[in-house]
Amino acid sequence: MIYALLCYHQEDVVCGWTKEEDDAVMARLAVVHEKLARAGKLGPAARLLPTTAATTLRKDQDPPLVLDGPFAETKEQLLGFYTIDCADLEEALEVARELARANPGGAYEVRPVSLFVPGSFAP
Amino acid sequence: MDEARRIGTTLAAARPQAVAALLRYFRDLDLAEEAFQEACLRALRSWPQNGPPRDAAAWLIFVGRNVALDTVRRRARQTELPAEEMLSDIEDAEAVIAERMDGAHYRDDVLRLLFICCHPDLPATQQIALALRVVSGLSVRQIARAFLVTEAAMEQRITRAKARVAKAEVPFETPGAVERAERLGVVAAMIYLVFNEGYSAAGDLSAAREPLCEEAIRLARLLLRLFPAEPEIMGLAALMLLQHARAKARFDAEGMVILLDHQDRRLWSRPVIAEGLALLDKALRHRRPGPYQVQAAIAALHARAARPEETDWAEIELLYSTLEIIQPSPVVTLNRAVAVAKLRGPEAALAMVEPLGDKLSGYFYYHGLRGALLMQLGRTSEARDGFMTAIGLATTAAEAAHIRAHLDRLAATGREGP
Repeated sequence: MIYALLCYHQEDVVCGWTKEEDDAVMARLAVVHEKLARAGKLGPAARLLPTTAATTLRKDQDPPLVLDGPFAETKEQLLGFYTIDCADLEEALEVARELARANPGGAYEVRPVSLFVPGSFAP
Repeated sequence: MDEARRIGTTLAAARPQAVAALLRYFRDLDLAEEAFQEACLRALRSWPQNGPPRDAAAWLIFVGRNVALDTVRRRARQTELPAEEMLSDIEDAEAVIAERMDGAHYRDDVLRLLFICCHPDLPATQQIALALRVVSGLSVRQIARAFLVTEAAMEQRITRAKARVAKAEVPFETPGAVERAERLGVVAAMIYLVFNEGYSAAGDLSAAREPLCEEAIRLARLLLRLFPAEPEIMGLAALMLLQHARAKARFDAEGMVILLDHQDRRLWSRPVIAEGLALLDKALRHRRPGPYQVQAAIAALHARAARPEETDWAEIELLYSTLEIIQPSPVVTLNRAVAVAKLRGPEAALAMVEPLGDKLSGYFYYHGLRGALLMQLGRTSEARDGFMTAIGLATTAAEAAHIRAHLDRLAATGREGP
């Protein structure tokens, strides 16, 4: 079974870490990542940019509405995610719109990835 | 990270919201700050035992408000509330209070708190000092160190600024859309001042002032969370992030400034650049350009160039000419001249720079750039005069050293020449 681990923390606390503190956390995580990768248990992992960098496409209306900021409702639940490689936000939103046409309802939060670990699942 | 440190970070993160809400309750900056301070002391006692609350800011506001009410009552010589009894109620009340603290209130509270620090009677440095003390919660010692004054002098300066602000009568009603936009503009300018105080420092001072850059970015992120759809706030955050990303490459081991062309670009922080570019991308979608967005776009072109030769100077010149229209200033024209020098050579740039002499005669960079252009054109004695004037106007040892290096080079070529 493939599991997704979704990482939650208080953003202003994490953004308040000094470079040294941040580096220390990342170094400790890297040790775990490496162990998991060697065992073939690590798939793609990502560290996201802060929510201030997020844009949300509300696809419960036609045409979908683009809003600045993160997804903020609580009546919907997180059901999946994509990672896509695009030149800029405009292209990423275009991909989101195309997906929305195939699957209207709910929302996509478009959040740039700051660190991407490709991982290495055994085929 | 140990627990005390973690609590400290949480308290610092909650500070702007908590102090801002307490200010709305009490309409007295000193009382709001005291109340927050006392709430923090109680947090340090209570959180390690009972665990941190779900919403730290709401907890601090609730406790702080009770503490301050107690103080007010005591000052009015009424019976004081038993402190322990008050604390025991908090656990039950916390959930209710957290719900009542709706986002819209926070937003105007924090904006008001920042706006109060921008009182037009206060000189820029006092606005900055006040914001760093009241909003960011930096210690007087830290601020004094950044401004090269004694702790006592800074304490006095902040006290005076507070007294000035207390008389200002900033309205506590929820502001209308126009007033909110105006406040946002004033606050954005103050945040950029905080950043520049940090960014423009060199040498020994740069370490003491680095927290100013980080604070400014933190405040911009805070504003962005409260006002997520303002392209100029995105632009401001992007601008500061893109400049701050170069921090590690900006000075050599002796604290000398390293110019953009000579920086080791591998030292630029990629995640910080990524965040800046992402915010700029978001801002540009709105198609409502403004000075911060244009300056961020210029910084982004530098950030995107892997090597100095790859810099898109034509686009940079275009952006500076846009800036000349929306925010005309001789300094902007001077910056455009740098791009023109790269694109069309020193002669064209010098023709742009010369007419600025009247307005920028006391400006270090004007004489520095003019000297450099004259040097490139082989007009050595005029170049030397320009550099001598620049050296007299240098405000940091690094600036002076940079010009002296030019003078040394001039002297060397003079000896080799005919």
